Amino acid sequence: MSAVLELRDLTRVHGDGESAVHALRGLSLTVSAGELVAVMGPSGSGKSTLLTLAGGLDSPTSGTVTIEGTELGGLSRKAAAALRRRSVGYVFQDFNLIPALTAAENVALPRELDGDGVRTARALGLGALPEVGIPERADRFPHDMSGGQQPREASARAIVGHRRLVLADEPTGALDSETGEQVLRLLRARCDAGAAGVLVTHEARHAAWADRVVFLRDGLAVDETGPLPDAESLLHASER
Amino acid sequence: MSIRQGLLALLEQGPMYGYQLRVEFESRTGATWPLNVGQVYTTLGRLERDGMVEPAGADDEGHAVYRITDLGRAEVATWFRTPVSRSAPPRDELSIKLAMAVTVPGVDVRAVVQGQRTATVRALQDYTRLKARATQGTAPADLAWLLVLDSLVFAAEAEVRWLDHCEARLSRAAQDPARVDVPSTTVPTTETAR
Repeated sequence: MSAVLELRDLTRVHGDGESAVHALRGLSLTVSAGELVAVMGPSGSGKSTLLTLAGGLDSPTSGTVTIEGTELGGLSRKAAAALRRRSVGYVFQDFNLIPALTAAENVALPRELDGDGVRTARALGLGALPEVGIPERADRFPHDMSGGQQPREASARAIVGHRRLVLADEPTGALDSETGEQVLRLLRARCDAGAAGVLVTHEARHAAWADRVVFLRDGLAVDETGPLPDAESLLHASER
Repeated sequence: MSIRQGLLALLEQGPMYGYQLRVEFESRTGATWPLNVGQVYTTLGRLERDGMVEPAGADDEGHAVYRITDLGRAEVATWFRTPVSRSAPPRDELSIKLAMAVTVPGVDVRAVVQGQRTATVRALQDYTRLKARATQGTAPADLAWLLVLDSLVFAAEAEVRWLDHCEARLSRAAQDPARVDVPSTTVPTTETAR
């Protein structure tokens, strides 16, 4: 499997001197195509910093972030932004949907920003909505969407144009457990279809959808669950 | 565990023989709590002694079939109506282990907590994948198995939350030994401070 995201020896220090906060202290993590990695840890362990660095929304104090073979540190601000729009999808806790845009427009927005024409972008947006199960909601505004449809719309925006890296920050935060599970199924399906995913969560039940769970503590990975056996052998274990 | 009431609930749907009961019991609970045929026959013997089931002859292949009595039906109804007792919490190895770990000098409690957390999340990953498979089916037995899986998922999740809570409490205790919630004479704060 090829690495889509490679974080190497990342450190991030906010402030300096005695008041300096070391959010990350030398973290390395590789996420391959088809793999969903969950990151768990208490508040202040560096989970969100990891995600903002992985998505190029912030720069590390030291260390490198490589997305699909391109190191972000070597790019101009403009080139990094283009790579981000082309390759990286985000799902945020509060979805960040733009109230004045319809579902199709919200989903198409990253493509338009990346220079696709309105028509092409809209076609891509319309293509992504069935994937998340809300094809008939294309012309609805966010305030017309139910609590279960908004996260789907946000998920569609994260995967539109077949981005290869999906970053999710507590995407199930405010949702009931059924709806939260639907969002995780979408994320899982996207990774099963070949994308790489990073899911930051403090809920073990959600992290359990991942292939691997990494535990952060004070800016370092302290442990992780190993590779999983195939589901077939699990079933047989429970039959004994 | 309520094998007794479980078997009665199955017999309420019609007479069955021992092996059949075992298969039904396991298919509804996803073989999470395997039964052996010996247990089934011992339980049937006791139920018969207590007047809750009675022999109903043999089927074509000679299996001894049992049917439920009115007393047995009443027992099942009472079982479904009565909440499971929480008056005597079952002995929990993990709670006991952590209670010992914080009071026995020289134990790296954080390592104990993290080791368990990794193992429990790992088990959760297994349950979640079994769940993803089970949701593909629509038979009532799949639904029963799904509910059992959900129960395992929620129990494991509760354990992880409790471990998180233990860790936070240990950190606080390490930062401020005066505010330790357990008797301070027995808490090895030098150990937990690491």
